[in-house]
Amino acid sequence: MSFIQVQEPGLLTTVQDLGRDGFGPLGVSPSGAADPISLRLGNRLVANPESAAGLEMTLLGGTFLFPEGAILALTGSDFVVTLDGTVVDLWTSIDVRPGQTLRVGPARSGARCYLCVGGGIAVKPFLGSSSTHILTGLGGFEGRPLRKGDVLDIGSAIGSFRNRTIAPQARNHLSPRHILRVTTGPQSNWFSESSLSEFYRETYRVGEQSNRMGLRLEGKPVTQNSPGEMITEGVSLGAVQVTHGGLPIILFVEQQTTGGYPKIANVISADLHRVGQLRPRDEILFEQATFEVARSLLMEQEKILASEELILE
Amino acid sequence: MLTPRTDSAHFQPASDRSLLVYFGRQITLDIHQRVNKLLRLLELEPIPGVRNLHPAYCSLLVSFDVLKLSHDELKIILRRYLDRLEDVRLPEPRQMEIPVSYGGQFGPDLDELAALRGIKPAEAIELHSSIAYTVYFLGFVPGFAYLGELPEALATSRLTTPRRSVPPGSVGIAGNQTGVYPFATPGGWRLIGRTPIAMFRPDRKNMSFLSIGDHVRFTPISTARFAALENS
Repeated sequence: MSFIQVQEPGLLTTVQDLGRDGFGPLGVSPSGAADPISLRLGNRLVANPESAAGLEMTLLGGTFLFPEGAILALTGSDFVVTLDGTVVDLWTSIDVRPGQTLRVGPARSGARCYLCVGGGIAVKPFLGSSSTHILTGLGGFEGRPLRKGDVLDIGSAIGSFRNRTIAPQARNHLSPRHILRVTTGPQSNWFSESSLSEFYRETYRVGEQSNRMGLRLEGKPVTQNSPGEMITEGVSLGAVQVTHGGLPIILFVEQQTTGGYPKIANVISADLHRVGQLRPRDEILFEQATFEVARSLLMEQEKILASEELILE
Repeated sequence: MLTPRTDSAHFQPASDRSLLVYFGRQITLDIHQRVNKLLRLLELEPIPGVRNLHPAYCSLLVSFDVLKLSHDELKIILRRYLDRLEDVRLPEPRQMEIPVSYGGQFGPDLDELAALRGIKPAEAIELHSSIAYTVYFLGFVPGFAYLGELPEALATSRLTTPRRSVPPGSVGIAGNQTGVYPFATPGGWRLIGRTPIAMFRPDRKNMSFLSIGDHVRFTPISTARFAALENS
């Protein structure tokens, strides 16, 4: 079994796959890659199943030694990456020879970059997934972000190195958007017409306290019609809840499974991966979409991801 | 009243990939049982394309794969499940016991809570440990059981400023509910004590110490007993 030596962990690097759905009744949220599309594409480049585990790096990447070599691909935001000092491209497969060192520097834009390796990162799955849930210390590599000196096993790769890259038109489709499309939330009628139109006009800033649990937004507080007491209920991924102070929070991959704040809106499935590329101080706008539009946008996105022209060999 | 029970459930889309099933707008054991029965039925006979279930006091959030199901298709299937709720048998509630060391460093809000309700701390402990609670559901984080209902004399609002980190095992009160924090998480419930029991352990067969529908009693223990149990 091949392995990776972590020489520098970066700011926040965790093992992630596509998450563990189905354990809501235990209070376990799915976790998983914050930008699952980048992880899926990275896995395709190295001939893995889309759901294989990779490393998710945040804002500043790490330095990794591959004593026995590996087949790699980096996807996601525009991080500076070098292999033994030579700049390498993202969105393309890389043949790493034994003893080479990969350095992933700071993000020039966006927030997260994925390192996918042929064979996937091998950790003991928890509830069927290799994803790390940081808050509770469950899953992934010892339930925590990577540290200097960690040694990660690599699973067995399928086949030998092949030069693969993602077609530019697919990358354009994934490029950052700071307008998030949302559907109406289950408690949107708790807000007056004027509060709702203000919510859709206002530019919000991503707060410093944002993380994989949720993105705290700063801007003009949203006023509630009647500050009634809500009965705690299940919350869905991408829910925009409004706290007592009136500031919205987007619930994200490591979200709490239930909550007691009213939800004014919910980010559409086709835009969730973009939430994973937002960084503190980014400015965002919400744009309303119908459920039908949200559905067709996701179908269109999946069609692009499934197309044969997506990967150039 | 011969009105079919399904009529009292209604649907509300929560996102493009999820649907909320509401059984009412109040916390009652009757509604809790219906949530629990729908959950059980969906676990026994899973609907293809349904990805996750989030039970709560009066509702069940059903999330699904948008490429396989739509809200309308899911509603039609769920109505058939709802029509069968009367036939679902729930297991006999387990009787669970949670030892708690009340007050002091383990229950930093006990004195204030007692003062707010005009009772002595010892009476608050007596009241909290006097009745059996029902696990309405698990939510928030893995293994966090929402327990109700608290004796009226103990019902107290949350802290105005939540703590950044609550120690695992902390027993808290919020409104007319009580619960135990399984992990060190932020939290706004008023803390009255702590249990040495691990509420969620991934290496245990039943990872969560409590399950939906369980009956739970809290038993006061000394700090010495707490230390002994924690080490065992």
